[in-house]
Amino acid sequence: MLGEGMLKGLAETAKNFAGSFVSKERMTTVQYPEERIAPIENTRDFPFLVYDGSDAMAGLRCVACQICEKECPPKCIYIVKSTDKKPDFVGKMQIYPTRFDIDISVCMSCQICVEVCPFEAIKMDTEFELSTTDRFGGLLYDREQLSKSNEHYHKIHPTEAAEVDARLAEEKAKAEAKAKAAAEAAAAKAAAAAAAALPKEAPAKEPGA
Amino acid sequence: MKTAEEILAAIKLALPEAGVELVLNPSPSAQHSLRLDPAHAVAVASFLRDDTELALDYCSNATGVDWPSKEVTEKVKVAKVADGVETQVEETVKRVEPGYLEAVYHLFSMKHAHREITGPVVLRMRTVNRTDRVELPSLTPVWRSVEFQEREIFDLFGIVFTGHPDLRRILMWDGFEDHPMRRDYVDPDDYEYEPTPHDEVLKRAEAHKAGVVA
Amino acid sequence: MSATAFKSYRPPVIEPSEEGDELLEVAMGPHHPSTHGVFRMDVALDGERVVKLKPVFGYLHRNHEKIAETASYLAAMPYTDRLDYFCSLTNNWAYALAVEKLAGLEVPERAQYIRVITAELTRIQNHASAIGFLLQEMGASGTPLMYAFREREKILDLFEELTGSRMMCNYMRFGGCRVELPKGWLEKVKTVVDGLPQFIDETEALLTGNEILMARSQGVGVLKPDLAVNAGITGPMLRAAGVNYDIRKVDHYGIYDRFKFRVPLGDHGDIYDRYMIRVLEARESVEILKQALKDVPAGPIMDPKSKIRGFRPKVGEAYGRIEAPKGELGFYLISDGTGNPYRYRVRPPSLINLTVLEDMCLGQNVADVVLIFGSVDIVLGEVDR
Repeated sequence: MLGEGMLKGLAETAKNFAGSFVSKERMTTVQYPEERIAPIENTRDFPFLVYDGSDAMAGLRCVACQICEKECPPKCIYIVKSTDKKPDFVGKMQIYPTRFDIDISVCMSCQICVEVCPFEAIKMDTEFELSTTDRFGGLLYDREQLSKSNEHYHKIHPTEAAEVDARLAEEKAKAEAKAKAAAEAAAAKAAAAAAAALPKEAPAKEPGA
Repeated sequence: MKTAEEILAAIKLALPEAGVELVLNPSPSAQHSLRLDPAHAVAVASFLRDDTELALDYCSNATGVDWPSKEVTEKVKVAKVADGVETQVEETVKRVEPGYLEAVYHLFSMKHAHREITGPVVLRMRTVNRTDRVELPSLTPVWRSVEFQEREIFDLFGIVFTGHPDLRRILMWDGFEDHPMRRDYVDPDDYEYEPTPHDEVLKRAEAHKAGVVA
Repeated sequence: MSATAFKSYRPPVIEPSEEGDELLEVAMGPHHPSTHGVFRMDVALDGERVVKLKPVFGYLHRNHEKIAETASYLAAMPYTDRLDYFCSLTNNWAYALAVEKLAGLEVPERAQYIRVITAELTRIQNHASAIGFLLQEMGASGTPLMYAFREREKILDLFEELTGSRMMCNYMRFGGCRVELPKGWLEKVKTVVDGLPQFIDETEALLTGNEILMARSQGVGVLKPDLAVNAGITGPMLRAAGVNYDIRKVDHYGIYDRFKFRVPLGDHGDIYDRYMIRVLEARESVEILKQALKDVPAGPIMDPKSKIRGFRPKVGEAYGRIEAPKGELGFYLISDGTGNPYRYRVRPPSLINLTVLEDMCLGQNVADVVLIFGSVDIVLGEVDR
């Protein structure tokens, strides 16, 4: 009969309409900003710098190697290396960035800076409500604005942060084991050298006894 | 599908006066190309399309490449006469290899698509130079798919295709001068505020600021 | 097919119907609710019939090819997301395939399976959106579109969990995939895939037998197969015209040979056939997904020989192509041994499919021009690059 296809279609629409009162599947609208969906864990928005401990500048993991600046596709990162060295979180003397600017109006959230960083110093944040009324420089984030603590990283990306911490701890353990082995080898060498020097003195002492 | 050498042989058999030569491709993809001379390009293309064995009826991609002129220094042995004795002296000679523009076409066969795994048949054509002799014959009468792509090559590289039904700019606006995809293209100075300039961008931003303020 | 068939390929000129009639020239201009982006069509009308049609584009031209020449191979990958911004994962795969051909890299098994799964999910969400937009232009006010977007949200949530971003995924790398699958992701994909046949059934119940759709789209915008082949049309438009050419079957790229799937073909080449082909292809993609999800092997996801930083392929060139949801997406790369490509070319399916827009629209009513244009299914990011 003429119109049968349209009636079938209207039945479909009626099913969806009635169903939207009873099932969440059919009614998927979320009244943002009063209601929000829980963010997915792996989501990425703009980068931030990770620091260990509680003092941002003292615990910054970034050593200003400038690899992220070179690999960034739209070149939105601007780093100025320091000329002096400062003790980092574990006490080693390290170069640090005196300026680390990211222009997030240029950044395209591609995550390549995170991928190439050898020091786990830059990670992706999940904050996206970042609009500002300052047109010139309002979206230019400097070092202080970009630094966020490792606890913040654990809060937004728990699985990833746990993996990163495990990897860093492993590297630290390996470095310590290597240092210990080197120290033991040096001590053994020194002991061997001392033992080689002793017998020459003993015969000189004995006739005197 | 036949290899590039076999296709070359077939073309030479059918059109002996066409100047076609093989250009080898050193990468692992092994997609060798055939360089056509512009005078017989349309005839060769029609042969490739209409031959029942080859049936290359689908031209998938047409693009341009810019090869600017480069300076080559080489050591040449020159005979010099000194004190009545002829000696061979090595001299370093600088010469300029002229640049050219190139049009590259990738062909496939839809008729014989299910025979075996096929790689594209690549055709190339070179212009005489990059400045004034930039004409090439258009292959639009043979494969309609290159109509918009040849317009794009004209727009972005500057190759003029003779025999194209409607050759005008396609991506840039009609009054635009210059050809953006050439290697020596300079962007116009239309700077907006740039918060993180460094390297090249910093130099140009400073030049722009000096020009604007002064 | 003889050479004489295309001597006069220019579309025939249709004279105005009555004496003294003038032609009305309309610019269906870049600001238009139905042109899928910033796209202009200069149309000359005789009453309601189209006499001439010239497409004008370039409003979204960002010179992506030059950006990729100044950036490294890795840095060009996020820019490929933004070509056909609906289907970023297939764009990434096409570029990765071309670079792997250029440099001779091997892709491990697990990465191949992940690539197929993401590509087929992309194809389903693209076809659903395309049908939704086509129906919106027909006047269905967004109902099929919103149903399609409801399903698309589930697929985009899967992409967000895997890659971090819903649309600009930047996930494929040269020699594999960027990051390992998160825990439980495959189960979530299976749940979504189990719900897809019901969604396609509902869409078909809503649309396929609908008399308005059939009256507006059957016999409109007909494309004949030999013109389609000569004009380089690929994708659902070509198969709707009746030509059996699907690059997944022809080139045997990836691991598509292991999956049993059919290639639907159309008889008439009109808008209704293109709509049906997209529905049937979505069903075939569900079949591929069901087979692929059964046996994803464990193992590495990257070729151990490939490097992330400092990637320098040898001198040479390569052309790699895949069956993107819109047609044949190809990348042509010339390498000169340095870290940046010497020439980087995108073969855009949407641009080439527009070659025959004038041919299909001649003699049709101006109201049908919008429909014909919608059935080509273009994305301006790809047309203009």
